Amino acid sequence: MTLDILYFAWLRERIGAPRERVETSAATVRELVAELVARTDRHAAALSDLGAVRVAVDQALTDLDAPLGNAREVAFFPPMTGG
Amino acid sequence: MRVLVQPEPFDAAALTQGFGAGAGAVVTFTGLVRGDDGLTALEIEHYPGMTERALSEHAQAAAERFGLSDVLVVHRHGRIAVGEPIMIVATAARHRRAAFDAADFLMDWLKSRAPFWKREIGAQGPRGWVAAKDEDEAALNRW
Repeated sequence: MTLDILYFAWLRERIGAPRERVETSAATVRELVAELVARTDRHAAALSDLGAVRVAVDQALTDLDAPLGNAREVAFFPPMTGG
Repeated sequence: MRVLVQPEPFDAAALTQGFGAGAGAVVTFTGLVRGDDGLTALEIEHYPGMTERALSEHAQAAAERFGLSDVLVVHRHGRIAVGEPIMIVATAARHRRAAFDAADFLMDWLKSRAPFWKREIGAQGPRGWVAAKDEDEAALNRW
């Protein structure tokens, strides 16, 4: 399936792009992360500490073990700092 | 209910004019950029689409949980100078306790669950991203 991957804050800076489109057969977010990490050194560095990474699937907060199902958009970002 | 995510400054007085008409209690909270450690501005990134949706869902949840008759959430993004308002929440209820609690609940949620990321800007330009605080995460557990 085709997925839009979005990155925010320092993840965007470390990846070097705010978004990219990937073809994947990953069943879960964790499997998708493993594929992304294998793409480039930048991806590997940005996603090296998953404890500092939050994830949303189709704009809903979830966790690394979430199934991707028919998702269209997955976003990776640091813990949020609003307010 | 009104939720706005915008780069422009807002006029808190104008936004809250007439807010909560008919309620017994209105609480408003406005967050300003503090000028700590030579900070000149904050730059706030958001997730267009998700941010608006998450704020709306949570404002609705607060309205139901605390029996609010109205709720307002405005949060800015982009560059915001020291002293300027970043965000405002307003809650209207029959009694003060519900209005205070709902505003507090919304603020705790905004701090660590709303898709915004702050970066500090100093006189020499951008500094680091603001790290999430353990106490903000702990504050959510109160609810």
